[in-house]
Amino acid sequence: MSNLLVAENIVKNYGDYTALNNVTIEVPEASIFGLLGPNGAGKTSLIRIINQIIMPDSGSVILDGKPLVPDDIKHIGYMPEERGLYKGMKVGEQALYLAQLKGMTRYDAKKKLSFWFDKLEIRDWWGKKVQELSKGMAQKVQFIVTVLHQPKLLIFDEPFSGFDPINANLIKDEILKLRDDGATVIFSTHRMESVEELCEYIALFDKSYNILDGKLSDIKREFKTNTFEIEMYDIKNKFLLNELSENFDILSSSAGPRDNEASLQVKIKGAKDSNDLIQYLAMHGSIAKYSEMIPDANEIFIKAIEKNAVNE
Amino acid sequence: MNKLNLIIKREFFAKVRNRTFLVMTILSPLLVVGLGALVGYLSKVNQDSIKIIGYLDDSKLLLEKDFENSKTIEYQDLSNVDIVIAKSQVEHGDFYGFLYVPKKDSISDIATNIEFYSKEPPSLQVISEVERMVEHRLNHILLEKKGIDANALDEAKINPNIKILSFSGEKSSKLIRGVKIGIGLSAGYLIMMFIIIYGAMVMRSVIEEKTSRIIEVIISSVKPFQLMMGKIVGTALAGLLQFSIWGVILLILSIIATTMFGADVAPMGAGNLPINQVDVLDTVVKSEMQIIIEELLRLPILPIFLAFTVYFLGGYLLYSALYAAIGAAVDNETDTQQFMLPVIIPLILGVYIGFASVVNEPHGSIATIFSMIPFTSPIVMMMRLPFGVPWWQIALSLVLLLATFVWMVWLAAKIYRIGILMYGKKPTYRDIYKWLKY
Repeated sequence: MSNLLVAENIVKNYGDYTALNNVTIEVPEASIFGLLGPNGAGKTSLIRIINQIIMPDSGSVILDGKPLVPDDIKHIGYMPEERGLYKGMKVGEQALYLAQLKGMTRYDAKKKLSFWFDKLEIRDWWGKKVQELSKGMAQKVQFIVTVLHQPKLLIFDEPFSGFDPINANLIKDEILKLRDDGATVIFSTHRMESVEELCEYIALFDKSYNILDGKLSDIKREFKTNTFEIEMYDIKNKFLLNELSENFDILSSSAGPRDNEASLQVKIKGAKDSNDLIQYLAMHGSIAKYSEMIPDANEIFIKAIEKNAVNE
Repeated sequence: MNKLNLIIKREFFAKVRNRTFLVMTILSPLLVVGLGALVGYLSKVNQDSIKIIGYLDDSKLLLEKDFENSKTIEYQDLSNVDIVIAKSQVEHGDFYGFLYVPKKDSISDIATNIEFYSKEPPSLQVISEVERMVEHRLNHILLEKKGIDANALDEAKINPNIKILSFSGEKSSKLIRGVKIGIGLSAGYLIMMFIIIYGAMVMRSVIEEKTSRIIEVIISSVKPFQLMMGKIVGTALAGLLQFSIWGVILLILSIIATTMFGADVAPMGAGNLPINQVDVLDTVVKSEMQIIIEELLRLPILPIFLAFTVYFLGGYLLYSALYAAIGAAVDNETDTQQFMLPVIIPLILGVYIGFASVVNEPHGSIATIFSMIPFTSPIVMMMRLPFGVPWWQIALSLVLLLATFVWMVWLAAKIYRIGILMYGKKPTYRDIYKWLKY
């Protein structure tokens, strides 16, 4: 699969402060790419560089195989973290204005706005002033103006902040639909639960460096600890645990409600692998649950940052 | 270009549709004219009321004909009563004041011992009229004593009125200089006010975009420079619209006013003069008024109006770029205070120089220099213009103004570009200097 966006060796300094230190990311086409990292890691700086709001000190940004040019803004839709609308301006008028700034004609903008306002059931708000809307309502309008011009690349910075759970789900579904229609989505956040659900690819930023990137499933495999969660019943061997501990690490164990039941956390060590473990267990009882403990994004996030801090 | 137009249009309509803009535009000319009419009406009412002054002349020097009633003063003889009674009569009666001329040995003693009693401090106009009357009579008496025919002297008095002419042969008037000063000063002052009003408008609009957090959405579509310029130009257009509306309203109102009150204007000017001189001066005043009007019509009104527009635009553009940079640097209006001083000072300096220097010497070196410096030239040059300024000076000052504007926009854009993305910290002058180098 080809990359829609490549940012190569980006460096950005603000005076003495380095925001991005030789950062490279590759965003595959029609994917959802998570840009993760704690506050101040450099996510917003990179996003602003892609949006040509600021210029990098060095490095290049390639969009769709060509270096980024000012005219490319019409191919990008950006919903910043710090977002808002003109409070005194009417919703419809404002959406039209922002759409035209993105290069749409008035006619085209009106047609598409009408579609989206119906879709998100906010047609009644067209003539209202923004200051009359709630924060969540204003966010819906903001979402529409971000995606209205059907950009190839969509960038959302903390998109779910300010939404109630119902509307957050609605927006999440819309983002997935846009991806299915061929749009590429960059999605910056420090909230990990949304990353698990949405992102195929991630890059983890910390203190101006890209410390980890790639396909989320690959990264998870890399971070796996070879630990398995096991629940058994009808255990025939009284010395199961003892025998098990000869070949495997037992991290925790507890007896079940009845004598011949147990739940365990077992880590594979040495030359043994998962198959050896499951074969052994199957010989001595019935397996109710057997699953590998895969780290979630949050654990990966914390581990990687701790590792980065140690390396410094 | 297309996007710039969009921004200009939005900024223009955002200003024009604002309720305060409508109120300001329609109400202020009405207020100006209304206040003018009120002042005129009140001063007329004030003059119409006749003040009764009782008098007691112990010296018996003043004659009956001296106490001739004028338009505003009516004298009442209280000589048939004692001074104490006369005073209490005046105090409790419907009198404005009481004049007492004592009996003394010499005229000069009398002159310094005349007393005027009144319930409230008397108006200067009344006192000087009474003084003039007394002075006239006492002078006569002194002259007669020295054997000079005072009446003959009165007849021999002449009131010279030097006509001022320019070398091209046009008649001029002494008063016209005052009129020119008035026009120049008010034009300069107005420019200062409009620069501050519209500059602050630009600043507020920048701050609004920052506080509403729409700024990042916008600058992901357009360059910060385009946004800043669009804002400045859009606000300027709103200002020009306001000017033209005011122009039309004032024109209509002044036509109405002159047709309604026009007849009253001439006598009001002569109202302050003593009654016996009004007839003599009336013709002089009238011809003077005619000269002023002729002179006013000869003033290059259209060029002055044009220059006003051009200098307003130039000055506004220069300062609004500064205002935009300040707006971008701060988060809210209270934080602007520390940066406002360097903006306001040159403007105020311009007005002061106008009052102190241009009034006395419109083409002196101070006035000339400050009408070249771009930060003061819109104000000072406007003040000099009615006195006639060589075209090359105007051209030079405009070129300098324009060049500084371009430089200032370039500088302001750098501050603006960084400032609009900065939140939280209140910047110092040092921070802003650093932004210039990013």
